[in-house]
This record gives sequence, structure tokens and C-alpha cells, in this order.
Amino acid sequence: MTNSEVLVQQLIIGLSNGMIIALIALGYTMVYGIVELINFSHGDLFMLGTFLALTVVGALGLGEPLDGQVITWGVIPLLIIVPVFCAAVNWTADRLAYRPLRNAPRLAPLVSAIGVSFVYMNIGLFWGGLPMEVFNMGTAPAAPKDFTALVSYDNLLGDSNITLTAKEVLVFAVTTPLLMALTVMVKYTRLGRAMRAVAQEPTAARLVGIHVDSVIGVAFILGGALAGFASVIYALYNNTIYFQMGFRVGMDAFTAAVLGGIGSLPGAVLGGILIGVIRAFSDQYIATEWTNVVVFAVLILALFFRPSGLLGSTAAEKV
Amino acid sequence: MAAGARTGAGPGLYTQAHWLILGIAALLPIADLVLPQSLQVAGLVRPILIFAVLGMGLNVVTGFTGLLNLGVAAFMAIGVYTYAILTCDIYPFQWGFWGGLAGAMVSGMVAGLLLGLPTLRLRGDYLAIVTLGFGEMVQDSLKNLDAITKGTQGINPLPPPTFLGYAASQEQPLRLYYLLLGILAVVVLLTRNLENSRAGRTFISIREDELAAKCMGINPMKAKLLAFVIGACLCSTSGALWGANLGSSGEPGNYDFQLSVLALCIVIVGGMGSVGGVLLGSVVMMGFNSIILVKLTAFLTQRGLIGESVFTSPANWKYLVFGLALILMMRFRPEGLLPSRRVQSELHEIDSGLSAKPRVEDAKP
Repeated sequence: MTNSEVLVQQLIIGLSNGMIIALIALGYTMVYGIVELINFSHGDLFMLGTFLALTVVGALGLGEPLDGQVITWGVIPLLIIVPVFCAAVNWTADRLAYRPLRNAPRLAPLVSAIGVSFVYMNIGLFWGGLPMEVFNMGTAPAAPKDFTALVSYDNLLGDSNITLTAKEVLVFAVTTPLLMALTVMVKYTRLGRAMRAVAQEPTAARLVGIHVDSVIGVAFILGGALAGFASVIYALYNNTIYFQMGFRVGMDAFTAAVLGGIGSLPGAVLGGILIGVIRAFSDQYIATEWTNVVVFAVLILALFFRPSGLLGSTAAEKV
Repeated sequence: MAAGARTGAGPGLYTQAHWLILGIAALLPIADLVLPQSLQVAGLVRPILIFAVLGMGLNVVTGFTGLLNLGVAAFMAIGVYTYAILTCDIYPFQWGFWGGLAGAMVSGMVAGLLLGLPTLRLRGDYLAIVTLGFGEMVQDSLKNLDAITKGTQGINPLPPPTFLGYAASQEQPLRLYYLLLGILAVVVLLTRNLENSRAGRTFISIREDELAAKCMGINPMKAKLLAFVIGACLCSTSGALWGANLGSSGEPGNYDFQLSVLALCIVIVGGMGSVGGVLLGSVVMMGFNSIILVKLTAFLTQRGLIGESVFTSPANWKYLVFGLALILMMRFRPEGLLPSRRVQSELHEIDSGLSAKPRVEDAKP
């Protein structure tokens, strides 16, 4: 491979992972924008989504694509079931753990979210220990699980040195419409306007007749659904899941949200793509084991020069 | 200001609780003389003492100053590794216990300064993520720099602590126990004094209202940095004690985010900003982690009750218990089990109708 081919290849990998990170980052940033809560459990919600996806794969008996096909069409039910599940779980967590703390000091819901994250992680541990046939690497609870390859590994570019598989295409085919739909919703619908109003000033929003609690609930539902989509395409793209991955991937997504400017939707997408590409380049040109260090060093540097993130508002904190 | 300080350290349980807890801890080894083997706990209490020091460090940063630090495990790791490098006989230093401890404290302060200088001007939530990232960076760096840190093997053996020429190794658990307890008592005394000092009141005023503090002539950056450095110093002290107690640095993976959350649980469950609370939090959280879970697992294994299923091992329930503890604490007793008076009155200002801030719920019809 020539140097430029390596570069293009890493760019493809980085962008694909970046789009997945962006979906999760949107969940963080949307909730933060409205209730100013770092929803720590979001990464672990994503992890639960991947476990449900694998369970559904087993229940439906899905397998690798047939000859001549690039994808098992069984991914479509996955893309419906998992987002619905994640949205429901996220909304329930808000109802039970965060909403009662809306008036408490800032630290209280954050700590509660860390608690929810630990609960999810423990559920993932139990889930991974269940005796299920899909866990073909054994049912040791903490062991990573193989995710069935529902999408083919064949290179769509034929004999080229650069590999572009149906997996990468799938990532973009799922994420791009979602991002567009979200943008349209937030910008042009009544609900989107209500969300922006609540983010700006909840009390004033309530005074003009917006039901603030429902709008906050919608933010949790949308963020959860996006995490659900991310679970499915992450599992299809990377083919390994384990119960602690929520922390790892959630860290990347949260870093992306902060890098882009937390609360800003375009910022989350930009941050996600940047983190994905930085990771890929660092894996290639520095060393895989230093990648986490590189990512956080970039974050600290970026925040040093732009304390509110790349696209974040620079307005002073509300007093 | 002086009056404010007094309401924080008013009379009653809050002011004396830490001495009560330390006193009980001092009597434990004596209780062990009469208790049967299976109920003896003094050996298992040592982690509680060390994590109480870690909790004190986090309490200065998060409890007093209100800065959420999610990377205290990193400072603990820095303490452990500095102590290990300065004392282990495979390195040229071999400064002994007190030299290693002093070195660990200095390196913790330097690390706190280096992390704090560029990041402390960030808003609260950004600071939280940066400290979290710092924790991951330190952990990965320790893993990767295996030429110095021996990677995942960890550095060992570390020499046991000494005091006035007496060695306090694992073979003399009583000496080790009282040495750790003594150091904890000194830390408690210093933290209590800090809380009531000019610097401590500055920290608390920043937690309460940074803008108002600024208007009163406090330099928030300087105060935050001081709190951060003091906190880092205590955390790395706990690291050095951990290394001395274990006789090994352990592997870098031990000092992960879960350890930082454990420290946070200690401070929150006990009571943010409350010295006695942090001691109690350490007893509760570490007691569950290193005594109840250990004893329960041993008991169930002995009876042959731990089967194939994932649900039968008590260790598998740990995260669930920690998680629920945090959620329920925040819901029903956010001020902690043994709250600092000032925090308690702040948290219940809504009940007493003193809140001046417009809140989301206030507008409800």
C-alpha cells in the first residue's frame, strides 16, 4: 500500500467509527443542552443495546449473508427493536432517577447518572452470563462476545488496495438519514422549537405553555433511540461486544460532545467525526496503546484554547 | 465569614463523629483478641483506613470546593508508582518508607498543579470530563511505559513501612494497622483545621457561589488550584500507603475509573464536605467491598453454594449495589449519612422556603 492509500483507508475507518460515535454523542449533548446533566449512563445504555441486538439475532436465528448477498435482511428488525428498547430504558431512567432531582444541586443528578451507569453495567454482566447459544465464546459473564457477521466482509472496490465493505456503507446509510431527520426535526417542527425553547430558558418556556417535562422526556427518548441505532451498527461494524464497552465507547462519545461544544448538535457530530479520525490516525501513525492518551491530550488542548468546545456557545454561565 | 464557618462546625455529632470513628478503629485490634477467627476484621480494615485518606483528598476538591474530580485514581496511581520507584530495590533510590511517602506527596502535588493550571478555568462539567480523561491517560501511560513501570506486572517487592526504626510489615499487622491509623488521624486533624482556616472558607465560598466569592475579593483560580493541589497530595499519599500496605504497586489497571467512582461514593455516601462523613463513607463502602463481599464469598464457597450461574457469586452484584446506593442516596439523602451542617442547610433551603433562585418546578401551576 502506498502512503496515500494508507491515509484513505484510515480515513474510511475513522469516518465510519466517527459517525457511530457522533450518534452516541448526540444523546449526551441533547440531554445536556436541555437539563444540563451529563448523562453518564448513556454509554452503558448503548452497551445494553448491543446485548439486546445479539439476543435478537439468536432469537430470530439470523446468520451470515447467503452467497451473492452482502447483508442479511434480518438487520431491519434489529434496527427497529433495539432503538425502541433503548429509548424506553432511557426514558424510564429519567422518570425514576433524574426527574425527581430536577431541583437538586447540579452534582446530584450527575451522581445519580453514575449510579444508573453502574446498574446498567451490572445488568450487562448478568446478561453476558446467561446460558445463550449466541454467546459462542462461552458464557463467562465478563468475556467478550462475538457478534454474528450479518454483513459481508467482501471488498466492494474489487482488487483495489483500499478496502470498502458493505459494513462501511451500512454505517453511512443508517447514520446520514438519522442526522438529517434530527436536524429537520429540531429546526422546523413544533417539537423541535419547544426543545430549543426549553434548552434556552425552562421557566419562560413553561410560561408560554410548553410542557417542559414532556419535552425533556422526548430528549431522553430521542437520545436513547440514537444510542440504539448506534448499538446495532457498532455491533455489525466491529463484531465484538463486552459488558464494559459502554464506558470505553461512552468516553469517546462524551469527549466528542465536549470537544464539539456540549449542547450543540452540529458540534456533537463534528466532535464524533474528529474523534473517530484521530483514533484511526493515532492507531496507524503513533501506536494503538497510546490512542486513548492522544485523544484526551487533544481534548485538553482543544479546551485550553476554546474552553466551550469547537462549536459551543461562549456565553457566560447562567448565574 | 467567621460566623459562616461556625455554622459549618457547630456543636453536636458532626464535630465529634470523626474522633468517635477513629476511636472505634483504634479499639478493633483489641476486640480481635477475644473474637473467634472468622469474625476478626482488623486485617481487613486497613483498606478502609487507606481509602479514607483518598476520600479526604477528594473531599477537599469536591466536598469543600465543589469541583467534580473524576480522576482521583490517577493521583493514587501516581502516589503508588512514585513510592514504588523511590523504595523498590530494583531502582537506585531506595529512600525507605518516609522518603518514598514524601516523594509521593510531592509528585502528587506536581501532577495536581500540572493538570490544574490549564484546566481549572473550565466550567464544572468540562472539568469533570478532563479529570476523567486524565485518569485514563495516567493509567494507559503507566501501562505503556513498561521500561520504567514494569507494565502490567507492577513493581514489587516494596519494603514495609518503618516507624522509629521498627518495621511494620504484613507479618506485624498490628504495627502496620496502628501506623496507618496514626497517619489517617493526622490527615483528619489537618483536614478539619483546613476546613476552618481562611483557605478552607475560601474553598467553601467558591462552592457556594463563585461569582459572589470573586466579588468579595477572592481569586477563584488561585483558591481552586490550592484545593486541587492539596487534594492531589492527599490522594497520592493514600497511593503510597496502599503500595506500602500491599508490598506491591499492583497493576496500572487497578487504578481505573471504577476506583475513582468508589472514592466518589465514599465522599457522597458519607456526606460531601464532612470529614466525619468521609470516614463513615469509607467504612460503609469499603466495608462492603473488602469485608462483607469477601466474607460472604468465603462463606458461600465453603458451603458449595456458588454454582455455574452468574447470579450466585456475590462479587457479580457489586456494581448493582454501588449503583443503587448512589441513586437512592441522591434521591432520599443527598447530604450523605453524616452531613456537614452547611451542606445540609443548603440542600434543604427549598423546604424552608429560603430559595431565592427561580427553579423549573416553581413555575408549575
